[in-house]
Amino acid sequence: MATERIIGIDLGTTNSLVAYMENDRPVVIPGEDGLNLVPSVVALDERDQIIVGNAARKYLIETPERAVYSVKRLMGRGVEDIQDELKLFPFRVADDLAPGEVLRIKLGNKTYTPPEISAFILRQLKRNAERYFGAPVTKAVITVPAYFNDAQRQATKDAGRIAGLEVLRLVNEPTAASLAYGLDKKDTATVAVYDLGGGTFDISILKLHEGIFEVIATNGDTHLGGDDIDNLLIAIALDDIQGDLGMDVRRSGEAVQTIRKAVIDAKIALSSNDETTLDVVLPDGKHYQRKITREQYEQLIRPVVDRTVGPVRQAMKDGGLTAKQIDEAVLVGGSTRIPLVRTLVDKQFERTPHADLNPDEVVALGAAVQANILAGGSEATREMLLLDVTPLSLGIESLGGGVVKIIHRNSTIPESATEHFTTGVEGQTNVAIHVVQGERELAKDCRSLARFDLKGIPPMPAGLPRIEVKFLLDANGILHVSAREARSGKEAEIEVQPSYGLTDEQVEGMILESFDYAEEDFQKRQVIEARNEADTMLTALDKARKGPAWQQLTSRERSDIDKLGKALTAVAPHDDYQAIRTAIDALNQATMHLAEMMMDTAVTTALKGKTMETADVGEGPASPHPIAKAEIKS
Amino acid sequence: MLVSTPSKPITTECWSCGAMRAAHYCQECGKVQPPAPVDYFSFFGLPYKLNLDTAQLERDFYALSRKLHPDINARADGREQDWSLEKTSQLNDAYRTLKDPISRTEYLLRLQGVQLEEQSKAATEEARKTGAVKKQVVPPDLLEEVFELNMQLEELRMNKKMDEDDPSLAQDIRKAKDNLIAKQSEMLSELQSAWNEWDALTERGAAGETVVENDRAAARDKMVGILNRRSYLRNLLREIDEVLES
Repeated sequence: MATERIIGIDLGTTNSLVAYMENDRPVVIPGEDGLNLVPSVVALDERDQIIVGNAARKYLIETPERAVYSVKRLMGRGVEDIQDELKLFPFRVADDLAPGEVLRIKLGNKTYTPPEISAFILRQLKRNAERYFGAPVTKAVITVPAYFNDAQRQATKDAGRIAGLEVLRLVNEPTAASLAYGLDKKDTATVAVYDLGGGTFDISILKLHEGIFEVIATNGDTHLGGDDIDNLLIAIALDDIQGDLGMDVRRSGEAVQTIRKAVIDAKIALSSNDETTLDVVLPDGKHYQRKITREQYEQLIRPVVDRTVGPVRQAMKDGGLTAKQIDEAVLVGGSTRIPLVRTLVDKQFERTPHADLNPDEVVALGAAVQANILAGGSEATREMLLLDVTPLSLGIESLGGGVVKIIHRNSTIPESATEHFTTGVEGQTNVAIHVVQGERELAKDCRSLARFDLKGIPPMPAGLPRIEVKFLLDANGILHVSAREARSGKEAEIEVQPSYGLTDEQVEGMILESFDYAEEDFQKRQVIEARNEADTMLTALDKARKGPAWQQLTSRERSDIDKLGKALTAVAPHDDYQAIRTAIDALNQATMHLAEMMMDTAVTTALKGKTMETADVGEGPASPHPIAKAEIKS
Repeated sequence: MLVSTPSKPITTECWSCGAMRAAHYCQECGKVQPPAPVDYFSFFGLPYKLNLDTAQLERDFYALSRKLHPDINARADGREQDWSLEKTSQLNDAYRTLKDPISRTEYLLRLQGVQLEEQSKAATEEARKTGAVKKQVVPPDLLEEVFELNMQLEELRMNKKMDEDDPSLAQDIRKAKDNLIAKQSEMLSELQSAWNEWDALTERGAAGETVVENDRAAARDKMVGILNRRSYLRNLLREIDEVLES
């Protein structure tokens, strides 16, 4: 039986979620605001505090230079590969990047690497889970797009470590979704999972057999998703605004974010309506409107949606399957709500796809299932085992700049390959190896993973040393390399120069900076939360003493409450969680009768036609942009 | 050097509970056992034979995965987790190699010390590694056909370059392609008969009969020949597809 609490996390481009397996069913753990989805938005507030999720969204519009979204697009990538993204997304890259340094993004006047920004999101999810359990959480399963390469996977794992989470497994998103769907199925079936999210597209084909989930083939595009559709609509709006209103607002982060929000609303409306109006009130008060029909919209987005066809066909070809041999198709990811996407899936697989589970939540639910399996399993998961594959081939750069493949795509992980190398010059003691990932013939067209320098080779005539290098892809799809000189049996020293990504030391440093020592941190937060609760209670009690119900209590009741109130006031400032908790519970118990009477009074008052005092909602500071007249000055 | 005796599972005591065990996990306590360098046939406890019940192989693969996989051993100590990772990668490598008839044959030949020739995968990659132009040996019985096909392919390439269309030429090439595909499936049955020869020798060896090394060498050579022709055909078909689709 599962003994540890291991959470499952879907770290998405647009939204992130945390889930847990409770009594044989995976459930999503809501945030403090009661919502399941935590928007993957991170902002720095006026006091340089990190804000995550729904609370961070307003900063996107108000102070876009202090907020960031869709950071998943930057994970494990270098400055040179994100030039296209920079044209479309308001990422503000630090100006002081040294060559080869990991990308950093500006938030206000601070800079953070993409794994650190993702770690802020993960830490929020971790806290949500801790609040839910009332206990610290230190272990997690995190999902990644199936088509993520080694660097993107490593960056995700680093983010987990920075957030104070031990990442027990990275699970591919479509595979995770199949786990959530397959929970009740124990028969044999071939299933295709079509996963179109905010920023990534994956297609995976699996064979289900008596609880074994064996991935046959996977393909995808790590830069294809709902974001691309948003950008098409934003581009139209920007052109219109320039044409009709004579304003170029491309450089105004505030205006672009306002448009982006309106565009997303329009996109969602077009999934159920035949037409909608794109409605934007620009920050300077000018009003832009445009009617969009479903037909126009579909024409616009068809090229984006069609980009999923190539990967789908390739995956079927790699799996040696035709559409007829696929028993079921499953839809995952928010973008699969778009009717055009459903039509395309219908056509590709010649059947109506399943979408019984909420496409936004199914990946997190599957991550929770995998977490449960790793924790030792339960009745529901006892027979379940996931056998996943590597999405990309792994190769070594050869002399002519070609690639010698050593591990082929779609082979089951973990797996290994052993290669032999030798020297070309007499007395040579170093051999450099360049490892790449991808399907192209030339190394320069593939993704550079790392350069290894084999050192300490005993000096011998050229071609005599036999250096055996072992490449091992683990169950997370992450590469490990070891080497030895076969003649001398000496372990060769390997110096790894990751092409992208943080070194171990850098990650360690970031963990320290995040002050997230799970246990200690959790206790501190618990005390703070209990103290807040005590304050709220004491304030309410002060207020109640002035009300009519107070007078209806017996003097014994009143003195008990006073005594317990004082006790709580006394312990609240100290760091003893148990003492505060006990005092709260005692006061709660003693005021039960009082609360009941107050409720009765309130109801009576309301029945008498008097309005009840409205709660102090606390909307926060007024919007800095009072709504201006909705007319266009020409 | 391997001989024709069937491979044997390594049986020793379980490091954890001391019970006798099979090679991979303890039948008493279920613990994963330390990895040992074994060939893929031995890993599955199979004799060095090429006719193989792949449905049974798949069942064994699933059953071993359920014992060895890192997900199953996620709560074991660090050393056992390393073994689990190592053994599962061995299992996956072995299963992948043995389930495919061609890679199974190539693997057995390599275990037998055969250097597969020019058309072999290893040779192709070796050639690519060194940047050398790979020598293509045309199987003699295909010589005439290939000669003609190469001329047609060259013509079609030129046509495409000049933006000319010649449907009858493309039609001829497609016909040649179908012919080659038919030849390819013929080869599978030739390979099957070579397997039978090899397996019969292996069985005789296992039964204690003397097997003349020359007979074994002949069976090996036959398989090498078929594999070479097969990979030659595969490369040719790939080239045809490239030209037709360009």
